[in-house]
Amino acid sequence: MTSATAPAVEEPLSASWTDPKRYLWLLGLIVPLIPFIGWGLAEATGLGVMWWFGPLFVFGVVPFVDVLIGKDSANPPDSAVKWLEQDRYYRWCTYLFIPLQYASLVFACWMWAHGDLGVAEKLGLALSVAMVGGIAINTAHELGHKRQQHERWLSKVALAQSAYGHFFIEHNRGHHVRVATPEDPASSRLGESIYEFLPRTVWGSLKSALHLEKERLDRMGKPFISVFNDVLNAWAMTVVLFGALTAAFGLAVLPWLLIQAVVGFSLLEAVNYLEHYGLLRQKRDDGSGRYELCRPEHSWNSDNVASNVFLYHLQRHSDHHANPVRRYQALRHYDDLPELPSGYATMILFAYLTPVWRRVMDPKVLAHYDGDVTRANLLPRKRERLLAKYGASS
Amino acid sequence: MATYRCPGCGYEYDESAGEPREGFPPGTPMSDVPGDWACPDCGVRGGEDFEQVG
Repeated sequence: MTSATAPAVEEPLSASWTDPKRYLWLLGLIVPLIPFIGWGLAEATGLGVMWWFGPLFVFGVVPFVDVLIGKDSANPPDSAVKWLEQDRYYRWCTYLFIPLQYASLVFACWMWAHGDLGVAEKLGLALSVAMVGGIAINTAHELGHKRQQHERWLSKVALAQSAYGHFFIEHNRGHHVRVATPEDPASSRLGESIYEFLPRTVWGSLKSALHLEKERLDRMGKPFISVFNDVLNAWAMTVVLFGALTAAFGLAVLPWLLIQAVVGFSLLEAVNYLEHYGLLRQKRDDGSGRYELCRPEHSWNSDNVASNVFLYHLQRHSDHHANPVRRYQALRHYDDLPELPSGYATMILFAYLTPVWRRVMDPKVLAHYDGDVTRANLLPRKRERLLAKYGASS
Repeated sequence: MATYRCPGCGYEYDESAGEPREGFPPGTPMSDVPGDWACPDCGVRGGEDFEQVG
């Protein structure tokens, strides 16, 4: 078993340490501008394909830049973590995402309704907007973990575009509690393809969110259908948003809004697929039936500069699960932890090509468990086959 | 009335204040909070892990 050790860092006085990524975080604001950039490129070049800039950027440019720039293992010294978290500049980098996100959604609606676009270009624009909405779930994720009520509210606002308002309930109260166990719909299993995982996590997370809210409202003595239900009031934001956009731009935009929402939350779920594949917490020996605490070795990490900057250090996933309330700029990289061979964008492409994913990732899961497949989170349907294949038939 | 702290993130449950949003009105003792109730801030630790701080 690996033991997590942070790379040795010098411990200068916090005042003398400067954050090398401080201004790079502003690059995260490129994401919500994707549809505008696509429009600009289409205008400048006359090429309709530029309306597809969103997927081209996420799955073409980012993986390339990840390879080009490489790893990002620098950590802030312990003495700097506290003031780094208190510096409000970093919060504004995430808050600003949201008005830009909605500016591009309104722009896209205008283009779908009144722009001189063919169907392929409209589809490209929908997928570009979906990349914004999907990555907005990551922004919502950062905000939803915070204690401040206004940040939790902003989290819901960011989720409205992808109709995924239940995420901030299920993620914080469901996924973080059950991560890397068979009970978690958002932890993928060894042998499970992304195509099997997607419906299981989408449906399972939704059911779990409703169940968690029902438990809370029952304790409060409030009815399930009420304004106090955080799942229902978050979904209501989506209904109001899509209703207002349809009223303003006509019924023709509604199918595109639905397409971008589905593609958007599917992008987020593809990220979920990467983060805990095959990893499993063991049950405690004390007969309590509880799982061991989530430890750093229960998450896959991917410490690449480019994807780190665009996803607010989400890939420093072990530290996030150990300290969910910690702000993104202070998350730390640890050596000797499960590490994906590349950045998230590249790994999502692998995930969509199931045989490639299995060939790359199954041996890594096995190696992590020193060849003992029984310690991995196995897809029940394939359990016997996996045990036989890796020499542990029961 | 005592206060209990989440060992994961430092969230504090004060029995006299309760946590009305979670359905625990002011004055709810920690012993009436379910052991598998997850910390409302971090979700990493449960009520049964909380430590008394005062």
